[in-house]
Amino acid sequence: MRDVALTVNGVTVTVTEGTTVAAAILTTGVATFRRSVSGEPRGPVCGMGICYECRVTIDGQSHARSCQILCQPGMKVTTL
Amino acid sequence: MPAWYEGDHALSEIVIVGGGPAGMAAGVTAAGCGRQVTLLDDNPSVGGQIWRGGNSETSPWFEKLAQSGVAVQTGSRVISADAVKRRLLVERNAGVEELRYSKLILATGAGEFFIPFPGWTLPNVMGVGGLQALVKSGLWIAGKRIIVAGSGPLLLAVAAYLRKCGATVVLIAEQADARALGAFGLSLAAHPSKLWQAIGLNPFIRGMRYLSGCWIERANGLGKVERVVLRRGQKVWEEHCDYVANAYGFVSNTELADLMGCEIESAAVKVDKYQKSSLEDVYCAGETAGVGGVDTAVLEGQVAGYSTSGRFREADNLLGTLRRARSFAARLDVTFKPRNELRSLAGPETIVCRCEDVTLERLKCADSWRSAKLHERCGMGPCQGRICGPAVRFLFGWEPASIRQPVFPTKVANLIRVESGKVGR
Repeated sequence: MRDVALTVNGVTVTVTEGTTVAAAILTTGVATFRRSVSGEPRGPVCGMGICYECRVTIDGQSHARSCQILCQPGMKVTTL
Repeated sequence: MPAWYEGDHALSEIVIVGGGPAGMAAGVTAAGCGRQVTLLDDNPSVGGQIWRGGNSETSPWFEKLAQSGVAVQTGSRVISADAVKRRLLVERNAGVEELRYSKLILATGAGEFFIPFPGWTLPNVMGVGGLQALVKSGLWIAGKRIIVAGSGPLLLAVAAYLRKCGATVVLIAEQADARALGAFGLSLAAHPSKLWQAIGLNPFIRGMRYLSGCWIERANGLGKVERVVLRRGQKVWEEHCDYVANAYGFVSNTELADLMGCEIESAAVKVDKYQKSSLEDVYCAGETAGVGGVDTAVLEGQVAGYSTSGRFREADNLLGTLRRARSFAARLDVTFKPRNELRSLAGPETIVCRCEDVTLERLKCADSWRSAKLHERCGMGPCQGRICGPAVRFLFGWEPASIRQPVFPTKVANLIRVESGKVGR
């Protein structure tokens, strides 16, 4: 398996190819992916793309469901 | 609505939505009958939740699918469907596309059933299958302390998996009481292969703390879960943890079927013995047609594959086996039925709808799912009530109101493309 390097909040992370963005974020120790409408910290729940709690910004695109997207080399991921 | 469907479109004889066990089996079977089949799945690869990250060692269906000639399209989400025009609107990273079918098989699976409790919205409190899915997709959990809680045989399977990955499973809290579990154990004698699956599992389960009649009352932590409060009878205590895997079984994903107009019964798509829904040319297999586990899903997929191909005799041959598989699922349902005490876990301030942060207190002002949506915005966020809908049903008994398209949030740009007829290949 190849390694893939991406950044999470500016910090470079190297993961195995096939890792989802959500798994990469959690592995770095970040638990808060987004803020809820009332400002609460939130992170992934369902792991399968239906709860929308794992939304982050990927390469400038907001509201990306990180549990359904595989890490790509050079990806820039931002959580809130 | 009509303007959604004016572009060029792709055509496939049989289209299957969902590439889990049911969808894979349906595709392989129909292709084996000489049909032209397209299989769509939202995830980066097929396998569904139970076979996530799997290959030919996980199940022979991976190899069968690879050899079948089925056109597999992953990363493809169906956001709308029209049963009259027999067309689907499919969203991919590249945009949207229309896909026309002669026969449709819905195998959209199930999601986990969550019951709100104080602190369930804290980061690192997840579903049971949810945490497993994340670990299977690369989350590193070696050395982490995890509490597995909720109900059902999945708790054991996931606990074993997590320990195998190097995590410390602090305990497994099963809400069903010992008596129900004992009766279930006896009934397993009729299903020897299941016995091994449910209890034998593997050495990773040995020595683990498995507490029946026990559940999480509250999760606490700053910015993420750090401790949970557990209850077992009169005993209430706290445990430290890094992750919580908590869910109370499954609910069928019926949104697409519901949108198309399929009859829904007991929160699942109603099907006949050939897996046909109430609509002509729309079939349904696997958890969408009633939660029954992987064996049932594969069999239903095969039946749907045969019946959509007009091979009813082959379908008939599977019905006996399918009946036995379903009787096991029915036992599970009785054994792991959520207890009444779980209805009072949420306090006035507990959030029920996570997308819109609607608390239990606010929901008490409503008198139906519809009024909860209209007045409190419950179920109006991106998940469209997929998480809070079943919870609200459990807490208040309200049936979900009719679903609307798109069944998943989509980009405005995609809707504009559809509106202006710029869809297709």
